Amino acid sequence: MNKPIRRLALFTMALFGVLLLNVSWIQTFQAETLREHPYNRRQFIESLTQHRGSILVGSEEVAYSEPVGGDSEQFQRHYENGSMYAPVVGAFRAGSATGIERAENSFLDGSNELLAVNNFRDMLTGEEPKGADVYLTLDSGAQQAAMDGFQSLGKNGAAVALDPETGAVLASYSHPTYDPNSVASVTETDAAAKNWTELEASEQQPLLNRGLQQVYPPGSTFKVVTAAAALENGATPESTQEAPATLDLGAPLPNAWGGPCNNGAPDSLAHSIEISCNTSMANWAIELGGQKMHEQAEAFGFNQGPMEIPLPVVESSSPLETDPNILGRSGIGQANVEATPLQMAMVAAGVANDGDVMKPYLVDSVQNSNLEEVKAAQPEVYSNAISSSTAEDLTQMMIGVTEGDEASGPAGAIPGIHVAGKTGTAETASGPTHNWFISFAPAEDPQVAVAVVVEHGGQSGGTLAAPIAKEMMEAVINE
Amino acid sequence: MTTEAPTQLPPVKRRNAELVMTVFAVALTLFAMVEAGLTRNGEMPASLFVYGVLFGGLALLAHLFIRFFAPWSDPLLLPLATLLNGLGIAMLWRLFEATGDTSRGSALDQLILTAASMAVFAAVVYFLKEPRTLQRYPYIMALSAVVLLLLPAIPGLGMTVNGARQWINLGVTTLQPSEFAKIALVIFLAGYMVSKRDVMALASRQIKVGPVKVLDLPRARDTAPMAVMWGFCIIVLVILMNDLGTSLMLFGTFLAMIYVATHRANWLVIGLTAFFGACAAIYPFVPHFRVRMVTWLEAFRPDVYCTDEAMANPDSFCNTLGNSQQLVQGLFALAEGGMTGTGLGGGKPGYVPEVQNDFIFAAFGEELGLAGIMVMLLSMALLVERGMRIALASKELFIKMFASGISFLIAFQTFVVIGGVTRVIPMTGATIPFVAKGGSALLSSWIMLALLMRMSNNARKPAPQAIQDEGATQVISR
Repeated sequence: MNKPIRRLALFTMALFGVLLLNVSWIQTFQAETLREHPYNRRQFIESLTQHRGSILVGSEEVAYSEPVGGDSEQFQRHYENGSMYAPVVGAFRAGSATGIERAENSFLDGSNELLAVNNFRDMLTGEEPKGADVYLTLDSGAQQAAMDGFQSLGKNGAAVALDPETGAVLASYSHPTYDPNSVASVTETDAAAKNWTELEASEQQPLLNRGLQQVYPPGSTFKVVTAAAALENGATPESTQEAPATLDLGAPLPNAWGGPCNNGAPDSLAHSIEISCNTSMANWAIELGGQKMHEQAEAFGFNQGPMEIPLPVVESSSPLETDPNILGRSGIGQANVEATPLQMAMVAAGVANDGDVMKPYLVDSVQNSNLEEVKAAQPEVYSNAISSSTAEDLTQMMIGVTEGDEASGPAGAIPGIHVAGKTGTAETASGPTHNWFISFAPAEDPQVAVAVVVEHGGQSGGTLAAPIAKEMMEAVINE
Repeated sequence: MTTEAPTQLPPVKRRNAELVMTVFAVALTLFAMVEAGLTRNGEMPASLFVYGVLFGGLALLAHLFIRFFAPWSDPLLLPLATLLNGLGIAMLWRLFEATGDTSRGSALDQLILTAASMAVFAAVVYFLKEPRTLQRYPYIMALSAVVLLLLPAIPGLGMTVNGARQWINLGVTTLQPSEFAKIALVIFLAGYMVSKRDVMALASRQIKVGPVKVLDLPRARDTAPMAVMWGFCIIVLVILMNDLGTSLMLFGTFLAMIYVATHRANWLVIGLTAFFGACAAIYPFVPHFRVRMVTWLEAFRPDVYCTDEAMANPDSFCNTLGNSQQLVQGLFALAEGGMTGTGLGGGKPGYVPEVQNDFIFAAFGEELGLAGIMVMLLSMALLVERGMRIALASKELFIKMFASGISFLIAFQTFVVIGGVTRVIPMTGATIPFVAKGGSALLSSWIMLALLMRMSNNARKPAPQAIQDEGATQVISR
């Protein structure tokens, strides 16, 4: 009987072996994943007792922590101008965090390895440990202008403003928004959790930053990309295409006003942009061919996968089209072309910056609790989308959009300054049109590039979106 | 009497080694409490002295008792059991006394239960001089096992805790009779199989694939015990009482013992096929069983874990059947511990629901880390392998069966619980021997230890030497 007993003993050892291997796996290799699992509230609840760093816009603390007081060791997170900055800053609440609060969590809570020396020094000196402060690139004026614009309009949408020379995000607002203070309370956790559940369930999607996380058909604003492709491939602003009242692309493609663009004669590229002619631009796309259109869109950042700025940005897409009917429509930003407002702001910024698109970023610098800079943004060229001469031509054509005799977007003009812009009115499968405006100013020495989209505005981009863009540009320029 | 050549062990007592190791185990326990107190509350546990005197005194008494009444027993068993029991007390102290909340249990209760269990341990070692006498009553043992298992099913007496009907309420206290039924069952199986092993090893038919022999089938009538055991585990325990843990443990032990008795793998094939086949067949009809499977396989599915969204939907899995929060939180606790743990008192084991029961292992994993639970698992493994060693060293077949059965039971029970907590197998609900909170579990652990201790003593005791070699005189070892 000893042999089966020996085997049984071996089997029991194997059972313990399985347990040992499994706990080793869980506690070493899998541990990191489990610790950061979205269901895992440990780190967050733990972090409620840490003095979290602040998030600043300029010198204003827009998110900061204060002790709850009393017996509690916890800190309460406060948000100044909460609704205005919520699309970027997000909310830090028991159980989770969103926005910059999540993306820069390792700096804010002090766990980042770049802060290790500072933490060690604090430990030695017995100083209360505090997380690092995160300075955002946002411009409070532009952000305020974006919120005011959407609030008086009362429609959903998003606005993004970039510094064309650096890629710094000057504004990123999404409407509707929410007040992070209502979900961040550590003393009234039930109410906070209930508010959060309501926000999550709301059909208006207040938690979605539409500027970065939502794609829309860009409509006529995409004509800038089509025109760029044409100019890069030998055309001049004076080159012409047939511009009839409608173009037969499987189904008829009309112009917005129903008539032809140049009284029936072939229309120049510059004039087509100024009045936003559909038929001539569709013809340009068809003549250039799918490959060149595709390459130009990719040069501006389409089809390049998701980005982190450090907030996550979804991919904008402009697929390679072979069917001329679809290609024609994609040339005016319809069909399968979809872009985030940030992507269209990058198009405007690329034209503004002599053809170089800069990599967008939201965090200007990070300072540890002893006010030493531990990280600073370095502007990077994202792509050389177009040549500087093409950029110059496009700029002149886009100035026509706000100032020309037949300007389609005069509401974007700022007195005393040249504004280069482009309107867009995108057909949607579900309901009224989306209304776009992309622009930059001053045209000679651009300080700001903007993209604004009004969801289902049902009017033209020049009427609904351009005024918001104008206010945002003014806010930056007048500082 | 049926005997088989024992594996020789050197005739050494090593009682002093046992004393040193036991003192070490007690010291570790007290040190664990000190660490928990300092980390958690910044002060030494106020009752450290009481625990030190009581627990240390108990362990010392147990050692002295063994020194006199089972001096040849394996010196490793008591220190290992003391260590596991002590760590359990320390962890309960950290979970309850140190946090000031003793509404769901307390270390002091556990200490008192330990004292009672050690008293029973001593009584068993003292009165059961010859464990082989138990061989005489296989059917009484079988009957008592069945009665004990069925007690919770009696209306008014039985209690359902966390879905499983495995408790009885005696007014003053609650008992988990299945903890004792399994010991009775091992005794019955050892006795029964020793007498029936020859017929059960008979092969009546061979199943061949081409020229290769795949399986020997036993005679149909010899499969009766298997059929009864199978029917009991499936129908009574799983279907009627939802007691998956006990069912799995008993059937596993049964298979292990039939294998030891017959040395035939075909019984394992038949048994495993029947068991898993039945599990698959009843799967659609026993919701409790299905919950365990789904929470195991898809623990991280939102509606199984019960996210806020799933909570809001009254038809979601977790609102209608059950959730995997305990399992997932247990894994999070283990992950939090990592290699070296947060230190006793430094973690947040309270996030795991019902952490004081099965999931106390997750609390150890969090606070002692991989290093700590490896020590615990290895201690447990060592205890089991020493038990197997006793089976090897014994002469009588009954004792061999008995000792290997008890050892396997301890091993398999540990595997079922910890495997469930760490997501190796579905969670079934059972207790870690010596560690988990609860009187029945503790008492049955110490009874099993007493049985092993007594068998070990008898196996290692050197046979009396013949005083004179006169050929005719045979000295019989008693």
